[in-house]
Amino acid sequence: MVRINGKNIEASGKLLKDYLLEAGYDITRLAVEKNGDIVPKAQYDKTILEDGDALEIVRFVGGG
Amino acid sequence: MGVPTKSELEEALAERIGWELAGRFSSASVALCGLGGLGSNIAIALARAGVGRLHLIDFDRVDISNMNRQQYAVRQLGMEKTQAMRENILAIAPYCEVVTDQVRVTEENLERLLKEDDIICEAFDVAENKAMLVNGVLERFPEKYLVAASGMAGFSSANSIQTRRITSRFFLCGDGVSDVEDGMGLVSSRVLVCAGHQAHAVLRILAGENDKSSS
Repeated sequence: MVRINGKNIEASGKLLKDYLLEAGYDITRLAVEKNGDIVPKAQYDKTILEDGDALEIVRFVGGG
Repeated sequence: MGVPTKSELEEALAERIGWELAGRFSSASVALCGLGGLGSNIAIALARAGVGRLHLIDFDRVDISNMNRQQYAVRQLGMEKTQAMRENILAIAPYCEVVTDQVRVTEENLERLLKEDDIICEAFDVAENKAMLVNGVLERFPEKYLVAASGMAGFSSANSIQTRRITSRFFLCGDGVSDVEDGMGLVSSRVLVCAGHQAHAVLRILAGENDKSSS
């Protein structure tokens, strides 16, 4: 199980990029924190989600 | 009555918040990336709180469509936002060091632009630009603090706007969902609440208060 935005999700073994796309995220409008650190964008297609990882996916919406 | 001296203003501020906090605020350098509804209001709040150096960055000019929520006067229509905001800050805090860059922040220039600043406020309006700046700052400046915003459009309750601590140095303000692209306009009061959260997050970082809590 991977904890993503406070929910336990069956995503162990998946590439971060694949998870984001499957879950419907727009990669150009987010930032990803994993276990306390930000994941660089260039690492999305190299980062494999592991059992016990905790992720916070921050989605940006327009307005300011 | 003439313009008060620097020490008169410093003493008036220290009477309210004490010399220690006033000293921490006056020795800080804060960057405002974007001088719209968020950035213009954050800048005014930080100037009033005695932040010593404000770095204003925007590529735009003051437009009539900004008047509903941004801290400019109608006589400033057409001015570069960095120059108009410099005027407005100095009218409040004449001894604040105001540094301006009338430029669009990009992945290529953000490292050069932001290297001198302690705390960076993301105050853009376009979602992709927000994400670009947040990722760029967090990847390239792991030692700096970042205060960003997402979700302040529309008429939902002001109480849904919050500050969350995402990492030890990254704070996010807003309700996370109210997107201006969904047709909800931006209303001065709710944008001001979000800008207030951002300015307050900056001051709490400088005061060392966030070490005691989660936001």
